[in-house]
Amino acid sequence: MIKLTGRKVVGGVIEGEALVTSQTISGWGGVNPMKGIITETRHELCGQSFKDKILICRGAKGSSGWSVAFHLARLAGVAPKGLIFNEMTTKIALGAVVMRIPAMTGFDQDPLVVIKTGDWVRLNADEGYVEIITKA
Amino acid sequence: MELTRNELAMLDGQKGLAIQKAMELLVKYGEALGAERLVDTSNVAGVPGQSSPFLHNYYKDYPGGKDVIFSHFDLDSDVVVDVPNTLVSSCHLQGGVDQAHPELFGVSAETAELYQNSENYAADHGIKILKTCTPYLAGNVPVRGEHCAWMESSAVIYCNAVLGAYTNTEGRESTSAAMITGKIPDWGLHKTENRYGSHRIDVEVSVKNVMDWGMLGYFSGKIVQEKIPVLNGNYSMPDLLCHKHFGAAAASSGGVEMYHVVGATPEAETLEMAFGPKKPVEIIKYGETERRQTYEDLNARARDPQVDYIMLGCPHYSLEQIRDVCRLLEGKKISVNCNLWIFTSRFVKQISDQKGYSEIIRQAGGVILTDSCSAIGQAIPEGTKVVALDSAKQTHYLPAIMGIEAWFGSMEDCIDAALTGRWNGKAP
Repeated sequence: MIKLTGRKVVGGVIEGEALVTSQTISGWGGVNPMKGIITETRHELCGQSFKDKILICRGAKGSSGWSVAFHLARLAGVAPKGLIFNEMTTKIALGAVVMRIPAMTGFDQDPLVVIKTGDWVRLNADEGYVEIITKA
Repeated sequence: MELTRNELAMLDGQKGLAIQKAMELLVKYGEALGAERLVDTSNVAGVPGQSSPFLHNYYKDYPGGKDVIFSHFDLDSDVVVDVPNTLVSSCHLQGGVDQAHPELFGVSAETAELYQNSENYAADHGIKILKTCTPYLAGNVPVRGEHCAWMESSAVIYCNAVLGAYTNTEGRESTSAAMITGKIPDWGLHKTENRYGSHRIDVEVSVKNVMDWGMLGYFSGKIVQEKIPVLNGNYSMPDLLCHKHFGAAAASSGGVEMYHVVGATPEAETLEMAFGPKKPVEIIKYGETERRQTYEDLNARARDPQVDYIMLGCPHYSLEQIRDVCRLLEGKKISVNCNLWIFTSRFVKQISDQKGYSEIIRQAGGVILTDSCSAIGQAIPEGTKVVALDSAKQTHYLPAIMGIEAWFGSMEDCIDAALTGRWNGKAP
């Protein structure tokens, strides 16, 4: 079993299907927070849903409305279940907190390379590791 | 995180439930960032308590009256708190509608009332209702070294780079919590060592006006992404407006929150000072080719020279920009096929009214709007297919948000389009 160790951003333990992008994600103006879909036209995940996924991305970009977009997604019931990212910013840190989902960063291996979309992963933010349970 | 005795007392509930909930949020956020402590902030800019049809409906059965949205959404609290007045100087940034013209924003009277009620709520809690993305043009000008907590990427970059004050790009929840506690995580640009340049951009073509600086900003953001560009070379000293358009562009094509212009910005008297102990990770040229490529990028979605909408005021126009528009428009009429909307702050609008600028624009067939813009309000004149813009930032966002074509050029190009109904802009 492949295991990555990293740092807790928001605590908790969750299992789910990975949705991976090597790109950063825009909040306000880049997602539809009511539907849980990425809408940024130039994004490789454009049109895809992050609802109930473990979202794995390079980080956050764009408007300071990032946390609001993902906070609204939580209220609308379409937020991701977990969040894994490489680049720490105020946008993604605050977004992770208000989505209230387990989140991690700072891994010993690059999660964008090791984990593929469709993999089933366990994110244990409390103990600081991510496991790939089954490969897609 | 290491908290002071006073901060621990706030977190403990000794200063009331609202302060406790705000501190809980700030501590979670600080820990998420990996911050070691909080820093005192004296100047906060956000969108506290702002309602929307979605939030209004979502919370309509929650008990707690007027404090429901601020408690549950802004502070992310599971319980309603009695929200106190702000502790530190706080202002409200732009919103989704000009309450004097809800019809232009496609907003019902009922929704307009919702916005008005949340504005009243903020005002009642001591928040200055500036309703602008340019608080620094509406009386909120932080001083060098002041720790701020601001939202709005174009204001954040101006605050850091031009004023030399310290702020990260905050969000709604963190700014609302900061307004009542005077605290924000001590991370990122609050620390001197994170404010030095990363990339050197050698400017080899003449950069002198607002359009030139807007394009250079768009180029810089695309290259450095969220890092810190240092501009060096062939430019004339940028004025406030050049900085406003440079910063807004760099913060939208990339995620730039800080930049240096050697010889112009306060933390870059010299190239050495701009980089401090760091070495540039990359040296990039901005010459003829790069400038032409940037202009082409910005105009990539435009085909039809028949323009039906001219939007100015991203970021919100200054009084001087409105005056310059008036000089070009006075005694003339815009094309019957065009709408001209100019966005600014209430503050600048008031002076424009006094000086007769608003009337000149009205007589020419245009309108000055406040509080919002086409992108934030998702509002364009009915039937718009092609817009003309003088803002690289708005050009980045508006076509994608509204599904229209956009031409980018100078303010003069835009006014020419308003008068003739055609885009005649040329690459510099």
